[in-house]
Amino acid sequence: MAAADEGLGLTWERGVAAVGLDLARRTVALADGRQLPFDGLVIATGARARTLPGTDGLAGVHALRTLDDALAVRAAVEAGGRLVVVGAGFIGAEVAASCRSRGGDVAMVEPLPAPLARVLGAPMGQVVADLHRDHGVELHLGVGVERLEGDGHVERVVLADGQVLDAEVVVVGIGVIPNTEWLEGSGVELADGVVCDETTLVAPGVVACGDVARWPNRLYDEVMRVEHWEHALDMAAHAARRLLAQDRGEPGEAFAPVPFFWSDQYDRKIQLAGRVRPDDEVAVVAGSLDERRFCALYGRDGRVVGALTMNMPAKVIRYRRQIAEGLGWDDALAAAAGS
Amino acid sequence: MRVVVDFDLCESNAVCMGIAPEVFEVRDDDFLYVLQEEPDEGLRPKVEEAAARCPKQAIAIEG
Repeated sequence: MAAADEGLGLTWERGVAAVGLDLARRTVALADGRQLPFDGLVIATGARARTLPGTDGLAGVHALRTLDDALAVRAAVEAGGRLVVVGAGFIGAEVAASCRSRGGDVAMVEPLPAPLARVLGAPMGQVVADLHRDHGVELHLGVGVERLEGDGHVERVVLADGQVLDAEVVVVGIGVIPNTEWLEGSGVELADGVVCDETTLVAPGVVACGDVARWPNRLYDEVMRVEHWEHALDMAAHAARRLLAQDRGEPGEAFAPVPFFWSDQYDRKIQLAGRVRPDDEVAVVAGSLDERRFCALYGRDGRVVGALTMNMPAKVIRYRRQIAEGLGWDDALAAAAGS
Repeated sequence: MRVVVDFDLCESNAVCMGIAPEVFEVRDDDFLYVLQEEPDEGLRPKVEEAAARCPKQAIAIEG
């Protein structure tokens, strides 16, 4: 990666954490005691994996954040170890699919009624549940984890309903915590992330982006924090432009994207453009759920707010553009019926 | 400028099509089609962004 930043005049400060921000003096305090002065500051401290309480020091329990995590999980599964996945969000569902595809014995536990239910809603989450069941994942839905047991190494996962699942390896994918502790007391507003205005500005000369940033997305009339790969790239570019606009004395533009992600599970590519809620209307406009090749639209207040596809990548990209342009629900359904 | 796609790597995520629809099109058969193999220089910034953001790094630009 050295070539990519050559000639940019960047100075890396690796292996040293930022521990404080002084907005009045315009400095960032570092863990080694130095104070770094700034004219412009980008807060991009991301988020870290949430862990299960009481599992510190229990071997065989992993988040999936590092290459070492991935290698350890693969080795355990290939050695025939039974995997229990805690949480059926993206991390959990993808780990379950990857390990099943390698022939592993996999169970997945999720307190919500379906995998990915938080981002897709329950009906479409059900399609994902069936996908995993048909591939041989043992699903425990609508039930949480009570505790993990084992003597030094994990041996069992005890569910809230009293069921006990044997486990040689456990992957925990139960969401993230934004890394904002270093900003406490700085005057920066914190609320499950760093609160920005709609242009990504946090304070004069200070912007935030990526997993750590919460901002009002005017396209959705919603204050959101988004944890996807595409989003981190898009918001970083916008935040950089925002800082430069301020240098030129120009007003910043609102950051109002249609969020987008994809997730590969088995031979299915699941893609969602938009931001959906459990009570949105859902209509399948192409393909069929039975074939697991389809496009479904989500509607709210007369507008299309999301497009979900399974193995129909062209459609999701087109709808992403149309949603950004304010695609109406009735118009979209009429257009889809006529095509 | 010549656009070269490694179709062994391409997974039709269609990210490129979102960035440079003049050059990249994923059709209803789910395959990527390069609409212009030698696009106009004016499209270079978009094509470079599409190449950089391809999740499979399947797009190369020659020249």
